Amino acid sequence: MALRKVKGNLERMFDKNLTDLVRGIRNNKDNETKFIAQCIEEIKLELRQENISVKANAVAKLTYLQMMGYDVSWACFNVIEVMSSTKFTYKRIGYLAASQTFHPDTEVLMLTTNMVRKDLNSQSQYEAGLALSGLSCFISPDLARDLANDIMTLLSSTRPYLRKKAVLMMYKVFLRFPEALRPAFPRLKEKLEDPDSGVQSAAVNVVCELARKNPKNYLSLAPVFFKLMTTSTNNWMLIKIIKLFGALTPLEPRLGKKLIEPLTNLIHSTSAMSLLYECINTVIAVLISISSGMPNHSTSIQLCVQKLRILIEDSDQNLKYLGLLAMSKILKTHPKSVQSHKDLILQCLDDKDESIRLRALDLLYGMVSKKNLMEIVKKLMIHMDKAEGTSYRDELLSKIIEICSQNNYQHITNFEWYVSVLVELTRMEGTKHGPLVANQLLDVAIRVAAIRAFVVAQMALLLDNSHFITGFSQRASMCEVLFAAAWICGEFSEFLTDPKATLEALLRARVSTLPGHIQAVYVQNIMKLYGRILTSSGSDASMDEDMVAKAAVEEVSEMVAARLPSFVESSELEVQERASCALQLVKFVQKQLTKGQAAGLGAEIVSLFDGELNPVAPKAQKKVQVPEGLDLDEWINEPPPSESSDSEPEVQRPSLFATGNAENAYVESYQSSKPAELTQEEVQRNREARQQEQACNPNYLKGGGKLESKSGMFDVAEVPVAQLDLPVALKIPGLASSDHYLQKQKQTSSKKKVSTKKKKKSKKHKESSDEEELAAPLHVVNTDVGEMPEGATLSDGMDDDNNDLNDPHRALDVNLDEPLRAEETLPVRSHREAVKFEVTGEKKAKKKSSKKEEKVKKSKKQPIMMDLLQNGEHTNAPTEEPSNDFWLDHAEYEAMPDTSQSKLQVEENEKPKKKSSSKTKEKSKEKKKKKEKKVINEDSLVSSLAVEAPTFVPDLKQTMSNKDKNVLIVS
Amino acid sequence: MIKAILVFNNHGKPRLSKFYQYFNEDMQQQIIKETFQLVSKRDDNVCNFLEGGSLIGGSDYKLIYRHYATLYFVFCVDSSESELGILDLIQVFVETLDKCFENVCELDLIFHVDKVHYILNELVMGGMVLETNMSEILTRIEEQNKLEKLEVSFLLSAVFDTSLGELNSG
Repeated sequence: MALRKVKGNLERMFDKNLTDLVRGIRNNKDNETKFIAQCIEEIKLELRQENISVKANAVAKLTYLQMMGYDVSWACFNVIEVMSSTKFTYKRIGYLAASQTFHPDTEVLMLTTNMVRKDLNSQSQYEAGLALSGLSCFISPDLARDLANDIMTLLSSTRPYLRKKAVLMMYKVFLRFPEALRPAFPRLKEKLEDPDSGVQSAAVNVVCELARKNPKNYLSLAPVFFKLMTTSTNNWMLIKIIKLFGALTPLEPRLGKKLIEPLTNLIHSTSAMSLLYECINTVIAVLISISSGMPNHSTSIQLCVQKLRILIEDSDQNLKYLGLLAMSKILKTHPKSVQSHKDLILQCLDDKDESIRLRALDLLYGMVSKKNLMEIVKKLMIHMDKAEGTSYRDELLSKIIEICSQNNYQHITNFEWYVSVLVELTRMEGTKHGPLVANQLLDVAIRVAAIRAFVVAQMALLLDNSHFITGFSQRASMCEVLFAAAWICGEFSEFLTDPKATLEALLRARVSTLPGHIQAVYVQNIMKLYGRILTSSGSDASMDEDMVAKAAVEEVSEMVAARLPSFVESSELEVQERASCALQLVKFVQKQLTKGQAAGLGAEIVSLFDGELNPVAPKAQKKVQVPEGLDLDEWINEPPPSESSDSEPEVQRPSLFATGNAENAYVESYQSSKPAELTQEEVQRNREARQQEQACNPNYLKGGGKLESKSGMFDVAEVPVAQLDLPVALKIPGLASSDHYLQKQKQTSSKKKVSTKKKKKSKKHKESSDEEELAAPLHVVNTDVGEMPEGATLSDGMDDDNNDLNDPHRALDVNLDEPLRAEETLPVRSHREAVKFEVTGEKKAKKKSSKKEEKVKKSKKQPIMMDLLQNGEHTNAPTEEPSNDFWLDHAEYEAMPDTSQSKLQVEENEKPKKKSSSKTKEKSKEKKKKKEKKVINEDSLVSSLAVEAPTFVPDLKQTMSNKDKNVLIVS
Repeated sequence: MIKAILVFNNHGKPRLSKFYQYFNEDMQQQIIKETFQLVSKRDDNVCNFLEGGSLIGGSDYKLIYRHYATLYFVFCVDSSESELGILDLIQVFVETLDKCFENVCELDLIFHVDKVHYILNELVMGGMVLETNMSEILTRIEEQNKLEKLEVSFLLSAVFDTSLGELNSG
């Protein structure tokens, strides 16, 4: 009876505990959601009970459900109830739930302030630790402000466990409440030399996180870290410190010089791969920051590369990966040393691990030379065929283009080869890099004048066989290549062997399935080709006599006139408009032909597209100067009363000129404007309206009218007609193969001259390319940056404002060496602590006021220091002597007899550096006694600060020497 | 900084999730899913680093993971952490679990996820490594468990007392 009652009590207490919940979920796999919904109902009931243990049980279950993806924020009040339990067991459950479900924006957090404070000040270190752990997950700006002082107090707790946690917690406080950083920093700095290595490690961790984002503020800590690095044996801490040095060295080359030796020693001595790797990384960072002037510079780099080679050759894939990663850092500054390990890196390209292949790909950038480019690209192409995932294939494609196009095609000796590579790339399925290939084709065609004939021939083939590219829907982005092909064929139509065939290809019905912007380019280039055919049909004079030629021209005109309407019906506005114009033009020519007055018309049409297009610098648009007196925000006309639908096209147009990625901009603009399909009538009506509008629009070139008036002067009889020598159209197998060039390269390296059959495609090239030797580039590349508006110059990095405004570290970018101001204190709430705080506050104030006078005297010191740091040289003026010997090499130190005085001066200004000054030997021995010593130091410091500046140098010297004595005695 | 610590099994079922940066529950599930997809398709003999997923982090973040029998332990970290260091940390974590659960297996994590959290809290705090020395970690955990046990026995005796009291009076 009694037992049953006890049991009943127990059962009520644990209706269904976490284990039951988990078991239940596992047993109800089929209707999990239903079961969980039921559980949540039970939990809600349990939460309503008074009994704290029932509540805690319910909260524990909620924590589990949260992991499964259920939103349990509705119970946050109950979580707080459980957190406030006096029992550690429940408190733990509550804090766990809070750390999993709360976040800085949780509203109930403001209710927790006092409870958390109570827990922080708890007698039990585990309760306080619990509070710290939990708080680290959900601390809000308000909590950070209100609790900063309590956490600060814990920094000097007698228990290392709490100190350690409090130190880490401070970082979270800084992030949410940046004002705390300066007042708290001195205390944090002390923790770097805490007797407990765990606390030390935590402090290093926090400073590293802080310094990572704002390294320049932490340069003054370098001596402390240096000391730690040379004395500590804790690998975890060493790794952090070494990583930190990696971030600091770019700011202070002298630090780098000092680091090389101990780091090299570590590299030689350590057995821990993680430490070795970080050492190498930092040595690399050092070597990058010291560009030259180091005698043993090359030995260090050799050492790094050697060690990295060992890593890469290791069977452990992780080491291989990291080795390659570090290699890529060396590559940027010391390409030669990496190049000697080319074999190894190429080998990694065949690794079974994709991560490793990707890293090796990154390195390829520096591996290529004129000699091996073709071979490497060939290898990549084979990989691309084998690659399964599209993302890896895309990566390969973009890498091929990247290594080929680097430095304005520096490594390419034969552009025919490159163009054929690009053409082969168009056959890649499902890649997203179609625009990239298209851009390359355009770029090469424009920049390398000598290659145009070849490119045009290849592009004509592509156009002729466009179904290979558009045939599969998944190749969607590759059809961008047709954009380039059409443009190249039209623009450089003089190189076309068979313009008529290409024209036919452009006019093919299937074209209407292409994206709008490509169709628009098609229409435009149809007209270019049409004009070309008209002119090439013979001289104007002979046109009328030569009936054959006339017939040919008429045939072409008919074909164009017959096929263009399919473009006119396009749903794309741009295509429609261009096609309508083109159609009218062709009809007009046809009319003139029948009248026999078409002489010279061809030249007229060609002149429409006259002029060379040059590359334009990427930033040119931005650099266009606004003319004086032009206000871009002013209305040109009276603003319209409301947006009418007619103005729609006008509204969209600006996106054409959007800055940034031009390619994307106009693709988007086309895609975003997809008007509904129009009937012929509507098209007609719209066209009339548009023509009306165009007539009124001064920005429109009214080409039609001008032509009409002129054309009257020509007689159709005079239209020249020449024999069209149309060879049979080339078939797709005629596309150049990049392998062929590779073979050729190999052959030419043995024999100088080789003639191959396939080269008949372009006669001009056959002669020239055969004569040329491999080493010399076949083609001249126009390497101009591109055209810029007058008066504008290129500038680098002008648009670099990537800084994330929301990054909390921005607020933490404060000068930590500056003395604290009176108002810079941590906010205090409770009365008791306020008293405690006042004491410290007074102390600070006292120090500060005495420092103040001195600060006036030495206000120059800081900038001078910075100067020195930058120049790495020392000025002669004794008062401006460099601050501290940490930065100096031993030899330099010896060479400067007068430094001691000024050194002392600054030493007391810059406390952290003082600690490292020339006592490296004795420091590690006595940790307990060091505390005493520090007190003495501080006393002498304060007293010396009160002394007037002119006399204080010798005084200080004395105190310092006393201090040194103290130190010696202590040790 | 460590941004997240995820443990899931070979089928992608989450066994522990700890995010040191706030994501709502849906997002958390998506991240777990994405991470699982990234990690699970990799062979066991490839390297343990993975350039971060798209949902969490970005280019600065890496996934560092280890695969033990049926469980994946994944740490999502930024560039301030040493890759090999984190691998060691995962090892320490798993070895600690092994010590605490005596031959840890997936079932232990399933039924005692709260305890796993408590253990993890002794290793990592707020995304920063707190302690890596296993004996220190174990002492802390044991002492806290002792505290708990003390309370439970106290609690039980209290229950007994009240029950007995009720019994006596009734």
